[in-house]
Amino acid sequence: MFELRIHGRGGQGVVTAAEMFSVAAFAEGRHAQAFPSFGSERMGAPVVSFCRIDDREIRLREPIMEPDAIIIQDTTLLHQVDVFAGLKKDGYILLNTGRSFEELGLGELAGGRPPERLCTLSATELGLKHIGRPIPNVPLLAGFAALSGLIRLESVIKAIGEKFSGKVADGNIAAATEAYKLIKARMAEVTQHA
Amino acid sequence: MLKQIEGSRAVAEAIALCRPEVICAYPISPQTHIVEALGEMVKAGELTPCEFINVESEFAAMSVAIGASATGARAYTATASQGLLFMVEAVYNASGLGLPIVMTVANRAIGAPINIWNDHSDALSQRDSGWMQLFAETNQEALDLHIQAFKLAEELSLPVMVCMDGFILTHAYERVDMPTQQQVDAYLPPYEPRQVLDPREPVSIGAMVGPEAFMEVRYLAHAKQMQALERIPQLAAEFKQVFGRDSGGLTHSYRAEDAETMVVAMGSVLGTIKDTIDEMRADGHKIGVLGITSFRPFPLAQVRAALQNAKRVVVLEKSLAVGIGGILSTDVRMALSGLHVHGYTVVAGLGGRAITRKSLHKLFREAEQDALEHLTFLDLDWDVVNKQLERERTVRRSGPAAENILRDIGTVASKIA
Repeated sequence: MFELRIHGRGGQGVVTAAEMFSVAAFAEGRHAQAFPSFGSERMGAPVVSFCRIDDREIRLREPIMEPDAIIIQDTTLLHQVDVFAGLKKDGYILLNTGRSFEELGLGELAGGRPPERLCTLSATELGLKHIGRPIPNVPLLAGFAALSGLIRLESVIKAIGEKFSGKVADGNIAAATEAYKLIKARMAEVTQHA
Repeated sequence: MLKQIEGSRAVAEAIALCRPEVICAYPISPQTHIVEALGEMVKAGELTPCEFINVESEFAAMSVAIGASATGARAYTATASQGLLFMVEAVYNASGLGLPIVMTVANRAIGAPINIWNDHSDALSQRDSGWMQLFAETNQEALDLHIQAFKLAEELSLPVMVCMDGFILTHAYERVDMPTQQQVDAYLPPYEPRQVLDPREPVSIGAMVGPEAFMEVRYLAHAKQMQALERIPQLAAEFKQVFGRDSGGLTHSYRAEDAETMVVAMGSVLGTIKDTIDEMRADGHKIGVLGITSFRPFPLAQVRAALQNAKRVVVLEKSLAVGIGGILSTDVRMALSGLHVHGYTVVAGLGGRAITRKSLHKLFREAEQDALEHLTFLDLDWDVVNKQLERERTVRRSGPAAENILRDIGTVASKIA
């Protein structure tokens, strides 16, 4: 079973991202379970969502406390929430930021982990560019697909089609495609250097 | 057709396939997504003929459902928590009058302190209301139970609550197999009322009944629920014939063969319990679980048969009867009367407290050693409790307990679970 936890703030599409991830995994024939942790239903308040993926029925209903991957949609949470709690040693981290792990004061955390599992993406900018709104969830999801290889870009695009329509869907597909390519290229560099 | 959708959406689509004629709704979390989706379907003309009535309160929602059902319409509503409590007078009237309304209860705690998260306090507060109460383990089962509920309700002319865990199920995206309209039509015949308000054949419904007949009318309500004990397994079997899967029924045992320790629970926590039991079985522990699907009527004979060979029974329930302990466990004890079985009540998951495999492993191992208290509160923070008790011992104006405890534990935004 693969377990993903997404941290962000109310209004950033944190819950939608986990739901879309489950739809993308379902499109590839997997079992998937996405659910939110409604701590506080307010714009800007810390929000957590979860997604499990497996090849058999998922019965477990506990929150994900030892994730295989963490997506952080808002790095201001780093000072507020223990976002990395329980993350497995070789777990994936994807941060929405234009800065490096070191610049965010996460050098020590990154140092002990496999570099091909850590990545950053300026997802808010991609959201602004393609959708016209500072919503980073879909670019991050596509970026995570590229980083982990767990789901294909086409499946992310299929999930976008189920959630959105018209211009919003087109913008999200463009954002997802650019994010996917950016991270694929970035990770190819990392593997080359390693 | 397999779909990856939210539990609320799955239930809404299943309700639509049941061809309801009147849906009344008042929004309350975590039920709202169900009636929102149904409202959209009615407005878009996808669900017709059906009237969607926005009402001004839950009391009105149940009252409108009663009126609609009495005129022969298939009526549906949904609620949770304080919403259920606000409609209680009408809830009792619906069952007392024998009107086959189906209502989803998206289980949520009851305040004070106000809390939007899941436990079973709301539905269990209505255990004696005369409604049948079915509990879903998964979104698939929630969907299936609603289809069975209309058939059960209408055959017996008695209302049914389908209970599904708020947020944990209602807001979870998971795989469901959505039936076709033809399948549902083959299973669920059009509603043929036993009593109907019809100007062509005028009757009154709702007579005042004095001591001369009240007992008899009430007994008949009980007799109908006893009939339901026979009908519910048959309806599950008929369901399997049409839809090809096991869903519903009175109870379900899992890995109960040779089990010395049997856990009893209701709702979505059964999934986490089953995973824990698989892990313990792999280590040689003789443990199994009994899931109760039908809480009302309560299947005393089936529960007794499923548990009588165990050495101990651990009832894990998301409810608390303040002043005695368990609610479900009281009924389970009644099923076990006269048997020499160790009985433990575990109150867990109140107000959305996560029930984890880790805690269950520890709990079940303690039970196997018969080292549990007869009443246990799973993962209760004793430091927090004792601090407040100490405050109340030493200071007369100790202040509101909830606010004191929140101050003691500090910010919760930093916690994942």
